[in-house]
Amino acid sequence: MNNINNVWELYKTPISFVIMGLVLLFVGFNQSWALALGIINLSLISAIMALGVNIQWGYAGLFNVGIMGFAALGGVSVVLIAQQPVTEAIDAGGMKMLFSLIFGAVTIIVGVLLNRRGVNKWLTALIVVIGYLITRYYFSEAAGLIEKVNPAITGYLGGFGLPVAFSWVVGGLAAAGAAWWIGKITLGLRADYLAIATLGISEIILYVIKNEDWLVRGLKNVYGLPRPVAYELDMQKSEWFQNIVAWIHRIELNLLSETQKAVQLTDYVRDAAVVYVKLSYTGLFVLILAAFIVLSNLALNSPWGRKVRAIRDNEVAASAMGKNITRQHLQIFVLGSAIVGVAGALLVTYDGIFIPTAYQPLRFTFLIWVMVILGGSGNNMGSILGAFIIWFMWIQSGPMGLWLVEMLGNYIQEGNTSLEFLEDRVHYLRLVFMGTILLLIMRFSPGGILPEKNKEL
Amino acid sequence: MSESIDIINAFALLTNFVILPALSYGSQLALGALAVTLVYSILRFSNFAQGDSMAFGTMLTIIISGYMISRGWTITGVPTALLAIPMALIGMSIYLLTMDRLVYRYYRKIKAKQNIIGITASIGVMFVTGGIVRFVLGASAQRFGDGERFIFSVREFKAFTGLEQGIALKTSQFLTITVAILLVSFLFYFLQRTKTGKAMRAYSDNTELALLSGIDPDKVVRITWLLVALFTTIAGTLYGLDKGFAPQQYHLLLLPIFASVIVGGIGSPIGAIAGAFLVAFSEILLTYAYKKFLIYLLPLSMHPNSLVQLIGTEYKYAISFVILVIVLIIKPTGLFKGKVLDE
Repeated sequence: MNNINNVWELYKTPISFVIMGLVLLFVGFNQSWALALGIINLSLISAIMALGVNIQWGYAGLFNVGIMGFAALGGVSVVLIAQQPVTEAIDAGGMKMLFSLIFGAVTIIVGVLLNRRGVNKWLTALIVVIGYLITRYYFSEAAGLIEKVNPAITGYLGGFGLPVAFSWVVGGLAAAGAAWWIGKITLGLRADYLAIATLGISEIILYVIKNEDWLVRGLKNVYGLPRPVAYELDMQKSEWFQNIVAWIHRIELNLLSETQKAVQLTDYVRDAAVVYVKLSYTGLFVLILAAFIVLSNLALNSPWGRKVRAIRDNEVAASAMGKNITRQHLQIFVLGSAIVGVAGALLVTYDGIFIPTAYQPLRFTFLIWVMVILGGSGNNMGSILGAFIIWFMWIQSGPMGLWLVEMLGNYIQEGNTSLEFLEDRVHYLRLVFMGTILLLIMRFSPGGILPEKNKEL
Repeated sequence: MSESIDIINAFALLTNFVILPALSYGSQLALGALAVTLVYSILRFSNFAQGDSMAFGTMLTIIISGYMISRGWTITGVPTALLAIPMALIGMSIYLLTMDRLVYRYYRKIKAKQNIIGITASIGVMFVTGGIVRFVLGASAQRFGDGERFIFSVREFKAFTGLEQGIALKTSQFLTITVAILLVSFLFYFLQRTKTGKAMRAYSDNTELALLSGIDPDKVVRITWLLVALFTTIAGTLYGLDKGFAPQQYHLLLLPIFASVIVGGIGSPIGAIAGAFLVAFSEILLTYAYKKFLIYLLPLSMHPNSLVQLIGTEYKYAISFVILVIVLIIKPTGLFKGKVLDE
């Protein structure tokens, strides 16, 4: 028993990852490879998000309850950067919108400047209010004009039509900007101010997305976002791909007659194209995740990283050494949020569709939190493992719940209404399930599965 | 529409659409904010589960009042939900005390950094509670009020006063304001005059000293949760009677409630109440469309064409947030000097 414990202590990181890999292989062989790759891809994106949150929570003890909002900012930037512009809408109201936005910005700047100069407060307030009313007047006129342009398909300005990879950077920058603003106001005050402010900003970001139709179509989805990888249909048509698939399945195909062979081959090619596309995404996400991990590990082991951990472990002592804690916290908060923003952009790129109603606090904020705490706060590898475990459980808990209800159904007579009731509501129990996991880890294993190694400096 | 300036009708309009709704919304927020303040003062963490706890209490009221209606245990004119509150209160107390026993007590015993741990733990509790509520009642909105809808309706008011613009007093509004006044007076009497209340204040001000003078900490914590159950259940039920019950709406109430607490100054009961009314009035005053009001007040030539609405109703939660941000920038201690830094 002692021996086993020792081995676990020494090699728990590789062992845990191997076990997780085996589970995913099992899904691949038993269910389907497309499903297994789907789980892996979303786990990888979640892992990037968890990494960002881990930098905030694990490195600095900053409490971000607005992960959803930062991820949504990333998603919006995919639409705004990569979609083709809608020229009719821009002709109709683009200039007016631009004018009203510039006017709004000028109002804010004038207000701030007047306030700094110490001009009479009431006069400043009056100028700002008048500026706001004028902005609002032009703004609603422009928004109305843009939304009237073919509302069933577009009804918004569209994007800049730039390469989609560029939008990941912009997504990171947008999230960083929002984080900087929130951090500037709340950091240095009580810890719960940051928590409440992030919760607030993330809800507001979503209200803006859902209500400003001219920006990203409001509650309607944005379809057909450009992809960084090949399309399934193109793959199915390409000669070399068909040849490779034929070669992989040569034994099965040789048993069939010529006509059956052609039909069978099309089937194989169709499945293989899905797997190929998902695999290319996997490669892309692994590269990005690896880059972030290498960078953050380098940073953590540099003098900067030692300072960060010193502040986290003893703020008073670090402050006595002359470290500026608030500035440090702001840096980390901005960095972590930027990573979350990039992950949010990657997620929308992967889906190929922007769905505003998909942004639920449970799916984004809370699930990512559980990932970080389960994996081991402060340990990057832990966050990645946590992301894989929790996402796997999340995906499988839906069918599992329905399966349980069906099992129960065998014991209850036909046409019982309570069964329909259960089928309808069982997915809400996921909330209870995830909440319980969080509470159990906090209580019985606060370090998580892979606790941070060098807690002491 | 009248063509001359008509101040009385303008103010009747404002009373009906701004003052009465804001007063009742403010009372509901105040009760929720007081529950957050109580938890903060005694247990020393910001309770993120408050919104979902209110949904849980309301859920109990809905279930119990549903049963009472099916058995015919009703009183004419009175919403059955009101009669169900005592039973719901018992259920809520049991739920909160169980959660304290299972979750929060451990962190008190090991003397963890209570605020940050408490927030994390209460977020866990928030999701468990929210999940249970959605599992039992579903996520869609529903109404559960019965009995008389109005104390007096617009038509009765018009007939009585002869004004063009009527005022209606909804039963839920009347109940909210009355019950809130009663509960708040009870809380202040309890904290200022009774022995247990004084013990609680002593515990909140200086825990070590309170323990030295023989105050039983477990009893203080228990009483706190009972008070929280009282405020939470009633606030939730009154909000539900007024605006209908929807789990997501209750979850989002967290934002205005926290804004109220912070505006007033964290840990100060009077501050929480003042903050709640400030938030409620700003929310309703800023989202109200002033067109009709201005038509009464301005001469014909100056009548507005647009709705004259400062901010769209869909952004009402943004208002609490903006108030929060302004307070944090200008006066982080809040109006009544709360605690700004972690101890």
